[in-house]
Amino acid sequence: MPPTLFYLFAAISLLGGIGVVVNRNPVVCAFSMVISFIGLAALFISLNAYFIGIVQILVYAGAIMVLFLFIIMLLDIKYEKERKYNLLGIAGGVIVVVFFFIQFASVLNKFEEGKEPIPAMAQVTNDAGEKVSDVTQLGLTIFRDFNYPLQVVAVLLLVATIGVVVLSRREVR
Amino acid sequence: MITLNHYLMVSGALFTIGFAGVLLRRNVIVIFMCLELMLSAASVALVAFSRFNLTPEGLPNYHGQVLVFFIITVAAAEVAVGLAIIVAVFRARQTTDVQQLTSMKG
Repeated sequence: MPPTLFYLFAAISLLGGIGVVVNRNPVVCAFSMVISFIGLAALFISLNAYFIGIVQILVYAGAIMVLFLFIIMLLDIKYEKERKYNLLGIAGGVIVVVFFFIQFASVLNKFEEGKEPIPAMAQVTNDAGEKVSDVTQLGLTIFRDFNYPLQVVAVLLLVATIGVVVLSRREVR
Repeated sequence: MITLNHYLMVSGALFTIGFAGVLLRRNVIVIFMCLELMLSAASVALVAFSRFNLTPEGLPNYHGQVLVFFIITVAAAEVAVGLAIIVAVFRARQTTDVQQLTSMKG
């Protein structure tokens, strides 16, 4: 991937993230989150992880985002009211965050193995000589090596569904 | 030339932005969105490591991508349960402002 595209999509995902933090209207926050996730999906695709990129758009930008907007609509949240800022709290938060980022950047600066260019990938072909896609490889890994975790995750989704129904049901008197 | 450190830096910056949102915002729903940002930032780091550490056959290490797949699944379940809890809290208290939800404060 050309460096300009990388910087473009990285900027899109970071600006979307900043939009989530600074906007007052929760609906605008939700849409900024979608912009951020679309940029992230492009970054995944630039890393040859096509399946993960598509799933990121389908699940995050599709399902999770609709759930957020639905709850915002249901609770009828207005703009956060203008009020006196707690300056001490904001300053504390910003200081913690800046220190965290400085620490992270200095660790990366010392990480020499991360300064090598992207290695070339081999192209896998099947017996008929056709190219094998990323989805095939990932699917083989999930269903062969990670079959048991996959079934555990399926149970987790079922439990979450039942839990949501129980949580949102009205009290029975 | 794009290196692994570029991707890790994007991941760290996105995590920091989500962290800032969790610390600074007051609306529970926006805090929850920032938590999702932090989860996705971890996914970027995992996929980047998977692509930059090829297996001896020259393929990406798909175990990293499988982990991201599971993270996305768990995040979907987590969002569903979390939003149900937020709706239940809103029904009981009529607010989503974290500074007004202080009944567990010591």
